Amino acid sequence: MTLMMPTLVSTVTFLHYPLKCLKDPNQLIRASALRVLSSIRVPIIVPIMMLAIKEASADLSPYVRKNAAHAIQKLYSLDPEQKEMLIEVIEKLLKDKSTLVAGSVVMAFEEVCPDRIDLIHKNYRKLCNLLVDVEEWGQVVIIHMLTRYARTQFVSPWKEGDVLEEFNEKDFYETDEEQKEKDQKVKKPYAMDPDHRLLIRNTKPLLQSRNAAVVMAVAQLYWHLAPKSEAGIVSKSLVRLLRSNREVQYIVLQNIATMSIQRKGMFEPYLKSFYVRSTDPTMIKTSKLEILTNLANEANISTLLREFQTYVKSQDKQFAAATIQAIGRCATNISEVTDTCLNGLVCLLSNRDEIVVAESVVVIKKLLQTQPAHHSEIIKHMGKLLDTITVPVARASILWLIGEYCERVPKIAPDVLRKMAQSFTSEDDLVKLQILNLGAKLYLTNSKQTKLLTQYILNLGKYDQSYDIRDRTRFIRQLIVPNEKSGALSKYAKKIFLAQKPAPLLESPFKDRDRFQLGTLSHTLNTKATGYLELSNWPEEAPDPSVRNVEVIELGKEQLVTLGKVKKEKSTEKFYSESEEEESASTTDTESESTSESEKEKNGKEESSSMENTESSSSEELSESESDSKESTAKKRFKTIEESDSDNMEKKKKVISKKNKSFDSSDAESSSTEETSSDSKSESDSESDTESKKPKIAAATKRKEMAVQEKKAPTKQEVSLLDLDDFNPVSTPVAVPTPAILSPSLVADLEGLSVSKSSVIDVSTPVFVPMKTHELLHRMSGKGLAAHYHFSRQPCIYGDQMVSVQVTLTNTTDQKLENIHIGEKKLPTGMKMHVFNPIEFLEPEESITVSMGIDFCDSTQTASFQLCTKEDHFSVNIQPPVGELLLPVTMAEKDFKTEQGMLTGMNETSATITVAPQNSTRLVILEKVVKAANLGLVPSGQDNIHRFAAKTVHSGSLMLVTVELKEGSTAQLIINTEKTVIGSILLRELKPVLSQG
Amino acid sequence: MIHSLFLVNCSGDIFLEKHWKRVVSQSVCDYFFEAQEKAADVENVPPVISTPHHYLISIYREKIFFVSVIQTEVPPLFVIEFLHRVADTFQDYFGECSETAIKDNVVIVYELLEEMLDNGFPLATESNILKELIKPPTILRSVVNSITGSSNMGDTLPTGQLSNIPWRRAGVKYTNNEAYFDVIEEIDAIIDKSGSTVFAEIQGVIDSCIKLSGMPDLSLSFMNPRLLDDVSFHPCIRFKRWESERVLSFIPPDGNFRLISYRVSSQNLVAIPVYVKHTISFKENNTSGRFDVTIGPKQNMGKTVEAVIVTVHMPKAVLNMNLTSTQGSYTFDPVIKVLTWDVGKITPQKLPNLKGTVNLQSGASKPEENPSLNIQFKIQQLAISGLKVNRLDMYGEKYKPFKGVKYITKAGKFQVRT
Repeated sequence: MTLMMPTLVSTVTFLHYPLKCLKDPNQLIRASALRVLSSIRVPIIVPIMMLAIKEASADLSPYVRKNAAHAIQKLYSLDPEQKEMLIEVIEKLLKDKSTLVAGSVVMAFEEVCPDRIDLIHKNYRKLCNLLVDVEEWGQVVIIHMLTRYARTQFVSPWKEGDVLEEFNEKDFYETDEEQKEKDQKVKKPYAMDPDHRLLIRNTKPLLQSRNAAVVMAVAQLYWHLAPKSEAGIVSKSLVRLLRSNREVQYIVLQNIATMSIQRKGMFEPYLKSFYVRSTDPTMIKTSKLEILTNLANEANISTLLREFQTYVKSQDKQFAAATIQAIGRCATNISEVTDTCLNGLVCLLSNRDEIVVAESVVVIKKLLQTQPAHHSEIIKHMGKLLDTITVPVARASILWLIGEYCERVPKIAPDVLRKMAQSFTSEDDLVKLQILNLGAKLYLTNSKQTKLLTQYILNLGKYDQSYDIRDRTRFIRQLIVPNEKSGALSKYAKKIFLAQKPAPLLESPFKDRDRFQLGTLSHTLNTKATGYLELSNWPEEAPDPSVRNVEVIELGKEQLVTLGKVKKEKSTEKFYSESEEEESASTTDTESESTSESEKEKNGKEESSSMENTESSSSEELSESESDSKESTAKKRFKTIEESDSDNMEKKKKVISKKNKSFDSSDAESSSTEETSSDSKSESDSESDTESKKPKIAAATKRKEMAVQEKKAPTKQEVSLLDLDDFNPVSTPVAVPTPAILSPSLVADLEGLSVSKSSVIDVSTPVFVPMKTHELLHRMSGKGLAAHYHFSRQPCIYGDQMVSVQVTLTNTTDQKLENIHIGEKKLPTGMKMHVFNPIEFLEPEESITVSMGIDFCDSTQTASFQLCTKEDHFSVNIQPPVGELLLPVTMAEKDFKTEQGMLTGMNETSATITVAPQNSTRLVILEKVVKAANLGLVPSGQDNIHRFAAKTVHSGSLMLVTVELKEGSTAQLIINTEKTVIGSILLRELKPVLSQG
Repeated sequence: MIHSLFLVNCSGDIFLEKHWKRVVSQSVCDYFFEAQEKAADVENVPPVISTPHHYLISIYREKIFFVSVIQTEVPPLFVIEFLHRVADTFQDYFGECSETAIKDNVVIVYELLEEMLDNGFPLATESNILKELIKPPTILRSVVNSITGSSNMGDTLPTGQLSNIPWRRAGVKYTNNEAYFDVIEEIDAIIDKSGSTVFAEIQGVIDSCIKLSGMPDLSLSFMNPRLLDDVSFHPCIRFKRWESERVLSFIPPDGNFRLISYRVSSQNLVAIPVYVKHTISFKENNTSGRFDVTIGPKQNMGKTVEAVIVTVHMPKAVLNMNLTSTQGSYTFDPVIKVLTWDVGKITPQKLPNLKGTVNLQSGASKPEENPSLNIQFKIQQLAISGLKVNRLDMYGEKYKPFKGVKYITKAGKFQVRT
């Protein structure tokens, strides 16, 4: 719509129409009129445009406002003097809550005033929350802008041991005051700013976008902002983009190449996806090769070299040459294969293709330089090649090699010089220079044989056409041939020519690309493009985070005055996309969290007024505790306990004690029952007033929660359960429940609960914790050190995919055993193990229980490792019973059936068994089954059918067990799971459990 | 962001240009032609070229280069993705994205470009919205337009533009309500000389054709959703539902669109449906060589392998080939040295074979490497990963739609090294 109006008159006549249309009732017409108006690139109408933009930015229709945002950029490029006024409009539009506007206004912001970071503060959370709903082009722009923003506002998450810090147990218990004190200390543990986390979490679903630009934008955001441990999730999506057309492949491969230099591990599992096809364009081939080289390590080098062998033979000679370079790089990086590579390259020297031979020579030269000691044979071989090879670079390289190591090949070197002297005049400049070099070196070491030859060459060089060569000749002559004019330097000629030269480093050409933000044009071109905005380094100290929470502070104030009502309105207003059902859940979550976080900040700030603050919120809790939903949550949590009558009471105590523990420490407030029940729920509740009570806990456990949350439906009740899970790790010695102090009212409350309905699958607390211990190390074979282990059936604190194992170590000797730790581990591939901290000493007759986490990868393979003391080490192994590879889940009967319906056919194993008569009652069956395997109960409508559900620890696949009692004391045992192997083992183990007495 | 767009055909003519901010001289394309010359093959033209004042980002589609001119920093993928979207839209509107189609519909092309970009920033790229703004050309409409002098511009705001579901237009009406899903899986594989699999994976897409009235809310569930390892979605799919229940729940766009694309987890072993026996050899110091290729079915679950085509890029030294095939026909293009063997259906009783001699240029040295065979095939009614659609439910509308699912397995980048 770039219209060039020649005269003012015609402009004004023309203007009449769009100006009239700006008031049209139809929004499409209004928007189009604005587009037309703003596209007239005549400076004289700037004031009119300004007015029109201002008006349109307040239009009721978001479509018109979107066009206003576009018009801002146009006006700015027409007349940059309007900047200040335009920034005002941008500020106004940034506050807009429409997803339609967000992308366009951020684009305008980037164009007009990218340095006005302060405009973003108040809109940061909104933008994060809207992001999923914004159209794809807007998403890209917003993500890039937020990446820059985050780098200025948050502290680096890349400090060492950051993962552990977040799980620091102390954080769970600390009160606010303590935390504050701690913050003031110099060394404080890293806790991710909740806003930082918000951004990282809200961008994650976008990895699934169909738009490659969006996926790449998220990938670069994770690369630049996320903790190193989390950045790995983007690799899968990036590899997916490689299926796209060649342009997309090219850009993505470049970015992967940069990433793979720094963090090999991210792409190692996808090594094979980078294998080259003969039909790929050359640029794709070389990028893939680059990545393969970056990923090479001791483990995969042999496969890679085999693959490289095919590439070397490729018809695409440019690519073959690149492959040889790659082999050279692998050889220098991985010392184990240097010799193999060198031999391979020497074989290539007899290749028919000249480019290949030349490239091999160059690479061999570089390799020999790194370890010249024992390769005189290769040098001799290369000397012979001079007769056949014609590529100048290769000839020059050979000559250099012979000169450099002339002492190792004393017989050949003078002969080579003789030959070269003959052909000197017809050589390339590059080769001539090296001939001169060789002559000089030989003159210095073996002047008897080569004096005349060298002088002959120097004479030839003196009259060469190239001044470069004439210069070099003069320089060398002065330096090596002693005459009266030669200065002091000639004494050192030998040192100058035959000095030890450092070996060249074979480096990736992508080495320095990481100075540019990934995914940008500058990164692709490897030069700074116009308008590139530098990504700033992380600040040492985070700037005041409270700048982002305007709305919430208002909310907080209102809270003090009017309770409940106002907030509700607020929240609906805020969650813009609540109408979209899929969205609402997530938005609610995040929103409530951010609210809570900010309240934390507020707490910290208004320390003096904290008393009244807490008072107000506790009073609110009282009023709110009546809400049914809350109760049902609590009910749900104890549902499982109720059903397992056997150890009902004990269980309950345990849970409560856990809760009390966490709660007591979280705040010194009186713990009324209502509070306790609402406490754990608060995360999910959009009115997160209770949150202010334990914001610290929320912050500390957030990451963990995230991990769990992502796997399951983020429905309200469920989150509360997760909260409970979060506290589990704290009370690790679960097997020995501490007696709880519980208020009588709570008991009454719990007793009255009935089973509630829900449609989600949750991880629940185990129904039964086996006391059975297995022997790890007998005291006889352990020279007095005895070790036993049992499975605690708790979610492991060291990782989601690990099974937690409690190991009890006992010293049966009469001396102190010192430094007990785990030595060498022999684990099957994929298996991981988190060891316990070394125990300094163990007094005689004393025992200690430590916990470990083992990721069994859902297999019953044995984890072998060494248990070491100061003097000895004993090989021990743990083989998990299949029942311990599970985590119990609860679900409604309905869901159970649907899930089961999906896991039929191959995924179903069943058996008919004869049930021992004493085993036919409900209670006994329950007890026996849960004793054998860590399964959760599923309520059943029929008396003769019992259902249990669990998920595997490593992969989270569902494991559904059904026991159906039939007539004549038989029973049908059905297991539905995707993990058919585990399923069949479990079936085998459950059979005797039910059939025997 | 995007300043200008030039469409360049294979012979290097600029046949269409469009500027969004101000006119950029055609001479900027000279840098592009320079790069094109340097790259021997069209495939090798670098997508991003830096010139003193501008940056050129180009894509190559259907023998046309889309060259865009950029002045400031912008994510290159953003531009590339957009240009592909433009090409897709042309394809959608004109049935093909060729030079003639674009020249024939030049008015619509300009209208489309105008709507798709505003001041260089994408405005409306959803095909449903565009179709409401600018009606696709039909013979009848062009006749009517030329008589009445009216244009094919729509005059109301597309309803989708404002709603939460920008991909669907309102007021859709069909007499036959139909929903079709094509599950198309492609096997990418590299088979080495000895016949063992170096690399294999399955990439799949579900393409849908939905012709349903009103605002249907569909949910599609799979028998075995856990097969899907990595999925990318059309924006209409509710991500949370997928995360929690592994059900695709969405309000579909009207017409044809790609619902999801996915990759099947690499842990599952991929069944390779065909095997190839080959002897290709060139004799030292001789001007001939032997060529013998047999192709046979393997693990195809009782389905026939159809539409088999073998393409071989022969070494440059090959002059001609004298072959006889037991089935299908072959052609050898001596200019680009490509052998194409159209096999057709494979019947296990009589395996198709192609053998004969290869004539080499006299004096040329023996080719270093044997050429690799690219194989295409198709298997109807089978998704090789075992993915199965369980059911499709529709909410929000009363009528009963006709539902259909089709499975096809194809060869993707399927290469046999010899």
